[in-house]
Amino acid sequence: MIKSQFKSPLFPYLLLLPQLSIVVIFFYWPAAEAIRSSFYLEDPFGFSSTFVGLDNFRDMVSRSDYVATAEFTIIFSVIVTFFSLAIALLLAVTADRVLRGASTYKTLLMWVYAIAPPVAALIGIMMFDTLVGPIAGFFQALGWNYQLGTNRFDTAFAMIVISIWKQVPVNFIFFLSGLQGIPKSVQEAAAIDCASSTRRFWTITFPLLAPTGFFLLIINITYSLFDTFGIIDVVLKGEPGNNPVTLVYKVFLDGFRGNDLGGSSAQSVILMILVLILTVFQFRLIERRVHYN
Amino acid sequence: MAKVVIDNVRKVYPNGTEALSPSSLSIEDGEFIVLVGPSGCGKSTLLRMIAGLEDITEGTISIGERVVNALDPAERDIAMVFQNYALYPHMSVYKNMAYGLKNRGMPKADIDAAVQKAAKLLHIEEFLARKPSQLSGGQRQRVAMGRAIVRDPALFLFDEPLSNLDAKLRNQMRIEIRKLQRELGVTSIYVTHDQIEAMTMADRIAVLNTGKIEQIGTPAQIYHTPASIFVASFMGAPPMNILDGHYNGNGGLEIKDLGHVAVDHTLEVTGDIQVGIRPENVEIHQAEEPHTIPIKVDFLEELGAGRLLHTTIGNTPFIAHLDNEHQINGETVFAHLPARALHLFDASTGRRV
Amino acid sequence: MSSSDLQAPTSTTIATASAAAARKKPFALRQIIDHVVLIAGSLFMLVPVLMAFFTSSHTDVTVHTNGLQMTFGGHLAENYYEAMLVPGGFTKTVDGMRMLMNSFILGIGFSVGKIIISMLAAYAIVYFQFRFATLAFWAIFTTLLLPLEVRILPSYEIVQGMGLVNTYTGLIVPLIASATGTFFFRQFFKSVPNELIEAARIDGAGPVKFFIDILVPLSKTMIAAIFIIMFVFGWNQYLWPTIMTTDESFFTLVRGIKQILNVFIGAQIPEYGQAMALAIVAMVPPVLVVVIFQSWFVKGLVESDK
Repeated sequence: MIKSQFKSPLFPYLLLLPQLSIVVIFFYWPAAEAIRSSFYLEDPFGFSSTFVGLDNFRDMVSRSDYVATAEFTIIFSVIVTFFSLAIALLLAVTADRVLRGASTYKTLLMWVYAIAPPVAALIGIMMFDTLVGPIAGFFQALGWNYQLGTNRFDTAFAMIVISIWKQVPVNFIFFLSGLQGIPKSVQEAAAIDCASSTRRFWTITFPLLAPTGFFLLIINITYSLFDTFGIIDVVLKGEPGNNPVTLVYKVFLDGFRGNDLGGSSAQSVILMILVLILTVFQFRLIERRVHYN
Repeated sequence: MAKVVIDNVRKVYPNGTEALSPSSLSIEDGEFIVLVGPSGCGKSTLLRMIAGLEDITEGTISIGERVVNALDPAERDIAMVFQNYALYPHMSVYKNMAYGLKNRGMPKADIDAAVQKAAKLLHIEEFLARKPSQLSGGQRQRVAMGRAIVRDPALFLFDEPLSNLDAKLRNQMRIEIRKLQRELGVTSIYVTHDQIEAMTMADRIAVLNTGKIEQIGTPAQIYHTPASIFVASFMGAPPMNILDGHYNGNGGLEIKDLGHVAVDHTLEVTGDIQVGIRPENVEIHQAEEPHTIPIKVDFLEELGAGRLLHTTIGNTPFIAHLDNEHQINGETVFAHLPARALHLFDASTGRRV
Repeated sequence: MSSSDLQAPTSTTIATASAAAARKKPFALRQIIDHVVLIAGSLFMLVPVLMAFFTSSHTDVTVHTNGLQMTFGGHLAENYYEAMLVPGGFTKTVDGMRMLMNSFILGIGFSVGKIIISMLAAYAIVYFQFRFATLAFWAIFTTLLLPLEVRILPSYEIVQGMGLVNTYTGLIVPLIASATGTFFFRQFFKSVPNELIEAARIDGAGPVKFFIDILVPLSKTMIAAIFIIMFVFGWNQYLWPTIMTTDESFFTLVRGIKQILNVFIGAQIPEYGQAMALAIVAMVPPVLVVVIFQSWFVKGLVESDK
């Protein structure tokens, strides 16, 4: 049935005014500005700008450091997404199964959600610190001369581990509530139909969790692309030097440090398109999820 | 207290569907009228237009002497009881009942008096401090009634108020609502899809189907002289048996698969007609007698207060009601359809002839 | 077979009992494995933070020579005092208390602002018939598409042009631009039974009264849930405060992390104790909120992302 609605000529506009004005000033305007300046070349002092069409984009993809950054971003995202989902799924399935201490485990496994990425990274770089960190010490004892900050691979390793650590709780919360959303009658029917619990997991539970999993997949890709900014910035101590960075971090570097407005904007536009694609996927999944319910 | 006049009221939704074709209905002061029909027949739409929750596309509605088309729901001097009770979950029972009065600017002492009086009437005094979630379905139903009563309206509107209750409670509340309404003497319009509620509660019933009022009348009129096949088969349980027939003038009525039946009055139409007979009017004999037709007993349904005999005539299911004394032996019995109990309908229009 | 059937070990049932025990064994083993997995997971989450906490109770020299600590040292008060109350540790002009206050201003200002603005907008979208409703809806919900990170540079320039750098307004308001809250309240309002607004209209409640008397009280749990999520989200903001606040008196704790790093780069023994103390202070409020209001938080998180 149609929602019974009020009719009032001005009141709804009044209600929308605060949100709309914030959205227009702080969202549409900068987004439009980003798109516009991706087609312009600004001189280093910001006095003039020239329309250069797609030159910024052409320039961007032809630069080896951009290509390298894009490659690293893909590797970084895939590893972070895979491991944070896999660890969280294992923990959620286990936590859903235990009878004793379930709520204690739940709290212990989710509270890290509240820690800010840069704070997590600060603790992380202490753990991985070449001099005082126990993890680095452990690696060194194994014969791996672990050097955070100087070795590309070692730095990337720390970034990835910290990013996974920070993301496991979110996935855990969603998986667990997904598991708890599976009707008890379905689980009981499965228990009668299928004796092996492993088989039951892969044939009943896992397919029923799939919508949550797909949804989380998008969330995790978005997380590794954007929300890891704070982690990367802290791990690099603001000075990337020779170390790998992600695309978002490069937008920030080129825009604020390199003063390359056009290039940074062109990179922003590419990221916008990427998010757009991800969001379209997400909306389709949401529709699917609605059907499941 | 007021007379309600619905004059050629029509409802067309923005997407073009006509929920109610122009309909008229005049409700007397203090009358309890039931709008009944299957879902989607327009009964709720009509009620909501009277309440002011839906715009009226055409026609006028007046309550008392006032045309209310342009008035807000709150200004129409009405009270409404909803199917899901629509109690405000965060307010106590007392506050739920007082809210409308408070919005009218009634003094606190008067509100208190009205709420206490209504609570007493409905036996919910002890629940006044509770939240709706702490009440049972029947108690919530009473609170919803209470909220309507305190307003002391000119008109009560009920939108399927009993459909969320279990069968036993529903019977009980049916009687209580009716008693209360008689006591208060407030004009009431009651929407339901349950024909038993309609029959038992109404002073008059309006039967609606596909956006049209099919018939308005007292329960007895609706039951005994249904104006159309729809009314005949919708009202009454088990429903009226409907058989195909043919009338060729001069009292010559042929019922398909049954044969000739004598009718003592002449009909205005000739040709194909539909013949209806209520299960309790079918006479069943153990042995063949004049004017009986043999029928096969498919199945006997025990009701306690009687039994239903199920059979098929041609391909049409057919039901006869039997008293407890009535013994049935064997698989075949003989049915007699008394001419005076037949309802005849025009096969093309479905209207009574 | 229920567990009660398995008890009562009389001589006649010994056979069944031992059979049950045999069947029970892998079950118990699986339980042990489950607990091992969960304990390992909990430690994975817990140990780094515990280590940070213990380290914050030691002197910098101890940490520098012996690495991070897993025992309690005697210099807790000292480190926290230095970090919180002495200006000029990591930053030149502000102490930790000031940053703590700024974090609260950001966390609370952001969540309250967001709740008010998004409730009003969602109310208009769900409960009113007006001409540009669909347009307004899309204008607001498109913002879900682009995170702040991809439009950070022009956002900064616009806010700078408005003279809002180093102000609380500039810090908080642009963060409110995304529609997550509006989306959440829209979903919730749509789930409120239609009959409530109808009952309220018959009871003589107009748009304002209905909002204040009925809808806001009904949304209490939802408001609490969204407050918790938004508080944590606001408190944990990093990128925007980093570029928006250059004046140290506007630094939040999370923003202050960057200043800690500057000290690390220096040649002297880094102030490990103070750094860890500040990190602990920066995580305690959001962690407490999440743990204490866990059920609301989980509900809000799972529902809002739908």
